[in-house]
Amino acid sequence: MTIEEVQNQIIEEFEIFEDWMDKYEYIIELGNNLEPYDDKNKTTSNLIQGCQSRVWLNAEMKDGKIIFSADSDAIITKGIIALLIRVVNNRTPEEVMNADFSFIEKIGLRENLSPTRANGLVSMIKNMKAYGLAFYSKEK
Amino acid sequence: MINIQKIKQDFPILSQKIYGKELVYLDNGATTQKPIQVIEKLKSFYSEINSNIHRGVHYLSNKSTEEYENARKTVKEFINAKSTKEIIFTKGTTEAINLVAFSFGETFINEGDEILVSQTEHHSNIVPWQMMCKRKGAKLVVIPAKANGELDLEKYKLLLNSRTKLVAVAHVSNSLGIINSVKEIIDEAHKVGAKVLIDGAQAIQHLKIDVQNLNCDFYTFSGHKIYAETGIGVLFGKEETLNQLSPYQGGGDMIKTVSFEKTEYADLPFKFEAGTANYVGAVSIAEAIKYLNNIGLQEIENHEKELIDYATEKLLEIEGLKIIGTSKHKTSAISFVLEGIHHYDAGLILDKLGIAVRTGTHCAEPTMKHFGITGTIRASFAIYNTKEDIDKLVLGINKVKLMFG
Repeated sequence: MTIEEVQNQIIEEFEIFEDWMDKYEYIIELGNNLEPYDDKNKTTSNLIQGCQSRVWLNAEMKDGKIIFSADSDAIITKGIIALLIRVVNNRTPEEVMNADFSFIEKIGLRENLSPTRANGLVSMIKNMKAYGLAFYSKEK
Repeated sequence: MINIQKIKQDFPILSQKIYGKELVYLDNGATTQKPIQVIEKLKSFYSEINSNIHRGVHYLSNKSTEEYENARKTVKEFINAKSTKEIIFTKGTTEAINLVAFSFGETFINEGDEILVSQTEHHSNIVPWQMMCKRKGAKLVVIPAKANGELDLEKYKLLLNSRTKLVAVAHVSNSLGIINSVKEIIDEAHKVGAKVLIDGAQAIQHLKIDVQNLNCDFYTFSGHKIYAETGIGVLFGKEETLNQLSPYQGGGDMIKTVSFEKTEYADLPFKFEAGTANYVGAVSIAEAIKYLNNIGLQEIENHEKELIDYATEKLLEIEGLKIIGTSKHKTSAISFVLEGIHHYDAGLILDKLGIAVRTGTHCAEPTMKHFGITGTIRASFAIYNTKEDIDKLVLGINKVKLMFG
């Protein structure tokens, strides 16, 4: 599936939720089920310090694809991380570099992406794309 | 007895629904809502009076100037300053502190001098002093806090010495709501000849302030936290001290004469008000003060005391909730954490229930560090809050616990 197809799939999944409560319960569930993050990767250089929640992001190259792993101290942030990873994980640097994350807005979670450094998610997206660019430049 | 329901009706914003739920506004420490009296005053000022102050000879300019200077008088009386020369209008508390940090630093601070701030300050009462210390080669010294969030006055006394030039402390800590013993802090500092700045941003709207009785050298507060506009604040400074300080910014209104060779500065308070002042903001402060005086400051203090006592009692009934800053001397703000639940998660869910609280570090990272936490949930109250608001907060927290349990 392309990045766009995965995003459309997520948007469809969220359409069934009738109220915010169900939606957030689902995000909490995603957060709780996020792939465990290796503690050795909880380094300062992987830390995105928000003034509300903290996010750790790690990226490695494997067979030409970027493998992302991430964690946060807040569950809702973790749930959104799970969605972001689902969209860009295991993809080529070029795909990651050019990814857009418009689904966040379409599933009504834009408030979680305020331009302030509140929860670290905006910086996380920026860093994911920066990893894409860095690995892409390295390949060239 | 004050009629809170009637007071609430003075605040149009409070009658709205958020996500279909009645708004419960408990983020007053961040900013207070505005009563219709202040909103109407702004409307009539712009519709009938507006003109630049201190400049024109024409009718409107005179009227505008008169309103601005009357606002200064109202503030002077509200905090019982000796003279209107001691009331400087600024952009807010932050600018007021920066003004003192700069001007006091330029005039009085030399290498090796010491500035004292407390462990529980807002960043606005830390960073300007850090910048000043860096500029002047001075040292920033921290007054430690105790486990309950109160400042350790015994240790404070040991820190004071002949090198101490200024002590900067909040009247009420923004993240914990604790009322610091500022009177004692001021008296002790004066014994070694140090000046004292009190950051009153979280006190002015809750406690009766008397700067002569406190005997502080500087007192600062913001308009938007006392039911007035944003972008306006007040610096009180003792006349003799302010007279000694060099100006903060240069520009119009702060000068007597200007030539390329030499500029003579204006007298107080204008010396510190460069450029066109936020005169409309000043007028809004005066209107807000008038509003509060009509209700009665003692009545407000009583009501808010009742609210914080009730909130403390109800919150402590919640299992897994821990109050941060357990001092008994508090006003209008409670910070707490929930066991196993991140404050950001809690804040998001409370928001969806129509409850506005503040979560995070509250611009007080050293305070959070003191308690070994990354943030809290803070509920902060104002005159229009009711026990019912607190009941809704408690219900909300229980809902949060269910969702993350």
